[in-house]
Amino acid sequence: MADLRNNFVGIKSPNPFWLASAPPTDKAYNVVRAFKAGWGGVVWKTLGEEGPPVVNVNGPRYGAIFGADRRLLGLNNIELITDRSLQLNLQEMKQVKMDWPDRALVASIMVPCEENAWKAILPLVEETGADGIELNFGCPHGMSERGMGAAVGQVPEYIEMVVRWCKQYTRMPVITKLTPNIADIRKPARAAKAGGTDAVSLINTINSIVAVDLDDFAPVPTVGGKGTHGGYCGPAVKPIALNMVAEIARDPETYGLPISGIGGVTTWRDAAEFIALGAGNVQVCTAVMTYGFKIVDEMISGLSNWMDEKGHRDLEAITGRAVRNVTDWQYLDLEYIAKAKIDQDLCIKCGRCHIACEDTSHQAITKQKDGKRHFEVMNDECVGCNLCVNVCPVDDCITMEALPVGSVDERTGRIVTGKYANWTSHPNNPNARPAVVEPAE
Amino acid sequence: MAQGVLKEGIAPGRLDPGQYATNFADLHEPLDRHEAFVEADRCYFCYDAPCMNACPTAIDIPLFIREISTGNPLGAAETIFEQNILGGMCARVCPTEQLCEEACVREEAEGKPVRIGLLQRYATDIAMSQKAQFFERAPSTGKTIAVVGAGPAGLAAAHRLAVKGHDVVMFDARPKAGGLNEYGIASYKSTDGFAQAEVDYVTAIGGIEIINGKALGKDFTLDELQEKYDAVFLGMGLGGVNALRAENEDSAGVRNAVDFIAELRQASDLAALPVGRRVVVIGGGMTAVDAAVQSKLLGADEVTMVYRRGKEHMSASPFEQDLASAKGVTIRHWMAPKRVLTDGSKVTGIELAYTTLVDGRLVETGETTIVIADQVLKAIGQTLASDGGGLSLAGGKIEVDDEGRTSVPGIWAGGDCATGGDDLTVTAVAEGRDAAESMHRYLSGGANG
Repeated sequence: MADLRNNFVGIKSPNPFWLASAPPTDKAYNVVRAFKAGWGGVVWKTLGEEGPPVVNVNGPRYGAIFGADRRLLGLNNIELITDRSLQLNLQEMKQVKMDWPDRALVASIMVPCEENAWKAILPLVEETGADGIELNFGCPHGMSERGMGAAVGQVPEYIEMVVRWCKQYTRMPVITKLTPNIADIRKPARAAKAGGTDAVSLINTINSIVAVDLDDFAPVPTVGGKGTHGGYCGPAVKPIALNMVAEIARDPETYGLPISGIGGVTTWRDAAEFIALGAGNVQVCTAVMTYGFKIVDEMISGLSNWMDEKGHRDLEAITGRAVRNVTDWQYLDLEYIAKAKIDQDLCIKCGRCHIACEDTSHQAITKQKDGKRHFEVMNDECVGCNLCVNVCPVDDCITMEALPVGSVDERTGRIVTGKYANWTSHPNNPNARPAVVEPAE
Repeated sequence: MAQGVLKEGIAPGRLDPGQYATNFADLHEPLDRHEAFVEADRCYFCYDAPCMNACPTAIDIPLFIREISTGNPLGAAETIFEQNILGGMCARVCPTEQLCEEACVREEAEGKPVRIGLLQRYATDIAMSQKAQFFERAPSTGKTIAVVGAGPAGLAAAHRLAVKGHDVVMFDARPKAGGLNEYGIASYKSTDGFAQAEVDYVTAIGGIEIINGKALGKDFTLDELQEKYDAVFLGMGLGGVNALRAENEDSAGVRNAVDFIAELRQASDLAALPVGRRVVVIGGGMTAVDAAVQSKLLGADEVTMVYRRGKEHMSASPFEQDLASAKGVTIRHWMAPKRVLTDGSKVTGIELAYTTLVDGRLVETGETTIVIADQVLKAIGQTLASDGGGLSLAGGKIEVDDEGRTSVPGIWAGGDCATGGDDLTVTAVAEGRDAAESMHRYLSGGANG
């Protein structure tokens, strides 16, 4: 059995599955249930400064988009940080950490962008025995209007400044949570690193209007006839999160900076993908808000079985393994030539590949043969774009097959050389220069 | 008090009064909104969809399913009604497992086609309950067309003609319009007076007058129609019934299945309907199944369907055969009726000859057996009630070309009384609709009739 034990910036947990700072971690009751269910750690719902807590709306906080059978694909929320008192949260955190010493317990914090505010709260958190802190520079709604959350995360200089304060005033590891609502995710990551952060976590939620109520003509969720932008999360945001994690993982300036991966993690496979792109662990929220805490059983079992099957002994063996294969477009091999191939035995003749190719791509799939419904790739037209694979409803029915070296690409008439060549040296590139292999990391 | 299934003879009230409603409830529960969304999501929106090509009326099935899935059931209904104004009934009675659902690629992929029939019912039910009309009549052409028979073919023709701006006068021999939808289909397929509601929905477009209780050959002649109207469409179905050619066929207790079904469909109190304790139904088609199953549902103790050929030769679909078996009907193959056994005037059983194929010809083996019965229902096919009134016939039906034109200019025919089609509601609708288009071209001075 694969070893799933996790050590993230010195914070140990029995598995790499943490719950993200969010409603599921708002109080001891939920967190204890999560630990009983098997979650490796939690990032407690974001604490604010001492004093009267924030208030939430009393109408709907969530909106969603759905796939078939109302499968929740994306969730958005307008909930703020914890609306319980700081002291109550701290007491509960202390108790839970005492009762569950083998689980990770990290405190998420969001206080005004003033040194004294951070200086005041850090010792209180440290006193709970929490394993670390996560700086909430991400929330895009509500708190950002008050100069916190994403309002800080969108200004790299602020990030660096606050991280520096935190490193100065606490011995606890500092995880800086980044907002995706920014043009280049590497900038805030670099700033956090410059400030001395131990790790970054990402992504926080994405600014969004999830739907418009067409009867009321108001955004969803609608509160008294009005709506506001909320934070988008769930399976729909995973691709955005994966890219941002990879961008940081392969940026020479932040290379090696520990990353806690967040964004649509729903299954073990999602988790494995984040880890392969450089995440040291993952944080989950929407999936448990949809299905409850029990899903961690599937995540542990799935990840473990996959690792056993592939011979990966522990998490270190897979962490960052895909980072080296993420590159810039200009370094992709233009001499790699693939063609779609349709398995006629598996084909159910829905014709989606044909119409997608015919209407929107390269007119490379037949619809008939000998007067019968028949879908087959025309190699002399196929550019290998993969659209047919993506629209085919049958697993493995259409596959992309690389042309072997020495064969002829029927579309271009050129022989497949098998020699790597990219855009940097391509004759059509006005800035072409002698062949450059991707620079080493 | 219920008389019970063991009561000898042909008797009413075999079941507890409450049982009838249960037995004759909708065969397939309609989909609710969520079920419809889930089912609609299964559709792959195929290119040049096989289901659409398998539909005799060529409904754009992927499009209407997509409209359902996006919360646009009225759009879905319009897509359906554009091709098939009787889409509501077809959703209930079509042998979908042999048409659209057989062709569905999910049938090939996983043996579970998208339930197209139920989705069609979902959309058409919503539109009909809202009395949503999707068609406007073109300006009046001043032409009036006679349609004989207010069944599926006649209604489809009449509706399309009305859309084109023609006026239509329909004649039907029965007291109510609807044809077999009203009189000939098992009642669990058309509950809550649906056939009449559909007639009302179809004729709501206007310009369609229905005259009931008037039969061709009895109350008027083809010549009279031709004289009075600009064109004629014949869709009166098959009014005659084939004979068993078995001894004692005329005994009391031997009945045409179509009459039994019609009586059942029109009954206001099913408990008052008499049915035998042991019923034998002769025949292997849909009518035989409808009669057999409904006998069982009325409380018959034993119901046996007897068919002279094998299971694979039955014109009842496999689904219908399974339905009969599931309802407790025994189906016996390779047997032909020889003699109805009687005791005085009462039926006591039926003598059956075993049959076999010799050189492709059906012959009796010489062996016989007896099935005890107190009621025998004949469902061995129907025939044209009249001699065709001068129209060319083929195989006992009015001969028509692919536009529904008969041998006499100005007269079209479609549905069960005409050649072509599979004696299904849906093919009758297609024929009526297409004949209407042909008539319109003729009346507009285009291609002649």
